[in-house]
Amino acid sequence: MSRLARFLFAGLLGGTLATTPIAEVLAQQVAAKSSAKLGLGRPALPEEIKAWDTDVRSDGKGLPAGKGTAKQGDVVFQEKCASCHGEFGEGAGRYPVLAGGRGTLKADRPDKTVGSFWPDVSTFFDYVKRAMPFGNAQSLTDDEVYALTAYVLSMNDIVKDENFELNEKNFTSIKMPNAAAFYPDDRETAEKHFWKKDPCMKDCRTAPKVIGRAVSVDVTPDSKAGPKVD
Amino acid sequence: MSDKPSADILNRRRFLGAAGLAGAGAAFAAVPAIATEAGKPDPLITEVQDWNRYLGDGVQSRPYGSPSKFEKDVVRRDVAWLTASPESSVNFTPLHRLDGIITPSGLCFERHHGGIAEIDPADHRLMINGLVDKPLVFTMEDIRRMPRVNRIYFLECAANSGMEWRGAQLNGCQFTHGMIHNVMYTGVPLKALLDEAGLKPNAKWLMLEGADSAGMNRSLPIEKALNDVLIAFAMNGEALRPEQGYPLRAVIPGWEGNLWVKWLRRIEAGDQPWQTREETSKYTDLMADGRSRKLTFAMDAKSVVTNPSPQAPLRHKGRNVLTGVAWSGRGTIRRVDVTLDGGRNWQSARIDGPVLDKSLVRFYVDLDWNGQEMMIQSRAIDSTGYVQPSKEELRKVRGVNSIYHNNGIQTWLVRADGETENVEIG
Ligand code: HEC
Repeated sequence: MSRLARFLFAGLLGGTLATTPIAEVLAQQVAAKSSAKLGLGRPALPEEIKAWDTDVRSDGKGLPAGKGTAKQGDVVFQEKCASCHGEFGEGAGRYPVLAGGRGTLKADRPDKTVGSFWPDVSTFFDYVKRAMPFGNAQSLTDDEVYALTAYVLSMNDIVKDENFELNEKNFTSIKMPNAAAFYPDDRETAEKHFWKKDPCMKDCRTAPKVIGRAVSVDVTPDSKAGPKVD
Repeated sequence: MSDKPSADILNRRRFLGAAGLAGAGAAFAAVPAIATEAGKPDPLITEVQDWNRYLGDGVQSRPYGSPSKFEKDVVRRDVAWLTASPESSVNFTPLHRLDGIITPSGLCFERHHGGIAEIDPADHRLMINGLVDKPLVFTMEDIRRMPRVNRIYFLECAANSGMEWRGAQLNGCQFTHGMIHNVMYTGVPLKALLDEAGLKPNAKWLMLEGADSAGMNRSLPIEKALNDVLIAFAMNGEALRPEQGYPLRAVIPGWEGNLWVKWLRRIEAGDQPWQTREETSKYTDLMADGRSRKLTFAMDAKSVVTNPSPQAPLRHKGRNVLTGVAWSGRGTIRRVDVTLDGGRNWQSARIDGPVLDKSLVRFYVDLDWNGQEMMIQSRAIDSTGYVQPSKEELRKVRGVNSIYHNNGIQTWLVRADGETENVEIG
């Protein structure tokens, strides 16, 4: 980050238009006022925070009280999810696949699903509660989301017993198969060789040959047709 | 417009219109430079034209101006097969029809996960909660009373060029590179808002959340939040467009577009990232060894020649303007090199217009073309010394399954007839 800050500064100097660093803007406005705070905004009420703060973190922070079994989740899923995601989470049409794909991440065409790819089960809870079902977001009860979470775990063989009940207490005991496979951005070391001194300008390579053409793939929308009107 | 012209004028006009619209399909030889025979006077000059004789529309006929009707093909386009539904989809900026560095607001590509939320600013609230001394709620009026700044930044979707990892796929820079726009934002430094609430010392991450039906949420490290992040309500001098997050969005300079939460309604401070869907299932980079990079925020330096390109073939021998755009999420663009022979020899392009931190720059090579086949590429070099890599170099490190952050050098093959196509060379 410090490197980033340095570049930012260099960027500002290099710019041909004048911009004032944000800290300076703030310092100026603070100097112009007696108190450091602007005194804008009002206190958020506990009921308001409760209504919006539904996020769930991977350590379980934010989980509401509730429970549901895989079997119960199956019922909810068939009713509210299967039309897009398929009966077994296999995905209808181009809608996301939610199950399967274990062992494919090194394959030519990896199958990234909740079971094969997602590092945390909390992500499913947080996301489904806020965004699903598509077009009717935030309509599920907490028990339904627990049940759906148990069901997606069972579809992915992470939970074997369909009577398994998931609740806020046993939630963080669930370990996802691909959890250990994520590592922080390492581009500045793994791709250090992209920072080059004096890239070649003359006689840099042998005569190039075309080895692939987009026209032979033929997936570009017809350039003569107008834009699609929804 | 009053249309009372004679039939032959109409026909001629139709011909000119068709010539102007004939896109990638027209070879330059078939399109004469001027639609008159050599030596004959041009009737567009010798005859009085409609617009020359009749009154045009009055001042208030276009209370909010839009582009000329002759520009109607300069629009965002989508690729229907890419996504499941138009509400969770993307369209692309027509880079090949733009110049300078600012993207007109109505042409900025769109990416939504739950359609465009339409929010009356009077009904919009921004909440700050979590690890703060005083959780607060702001109205738009509150935000408009805070000290504001103006900044020009590019926004690039991390999946820009994502279809091209396995090889040349889409024939047009609009589709290969059009998930980018460059806009002047007016907004409040996020730091000012956080100062109002008072961050607790253990606040290391923020979660930004949208008010749309996707409830888009992403984690943002606090150092970045305090450095240059803006909470913007205006773009290019006017209110944000609905599809760009009206009335309020986050601006995260140089970092992947998905972080720039639109319809921003809440910021929560915490002590670790949330591991939301958009930072685990999506926007992580699957490597060849089956492991994945996460928190890959910065957009690497990148460039593309926008003209010529498959949607904008060469039409004339002799003088031509080659142009394109370059950008870096790590700073400014120091130099752009262009090759016409597939990377054997390079020349530095002429950069014109403002060179700003984390903004597009515009580059040109004014060239004489005698009809020889060309393999055109551009490579950006940024203020950190990063040199845009070839696709081959990128694949060597990342494989072909990472979807995101494809900043490899693009090749356009210009044929002897001026037709241009997306190719990979080896
Ligand atoms: C009308 C179709 C539809 C229905 C019904 C639906 N979804 Fe979805 N779902 C989608 C779409 C579209 C997306 C992708 C949204 C995006 O692009 O952000 C999605 C994404 C998801 C994802 C994330 C997938 C990934 O790989 O990142 C999960 C998990 C999910 N849905 C679960 C559910 C559950 C559980 C239900 C039932 C309560 C449900 N969905 C109902 C359309 C649907």
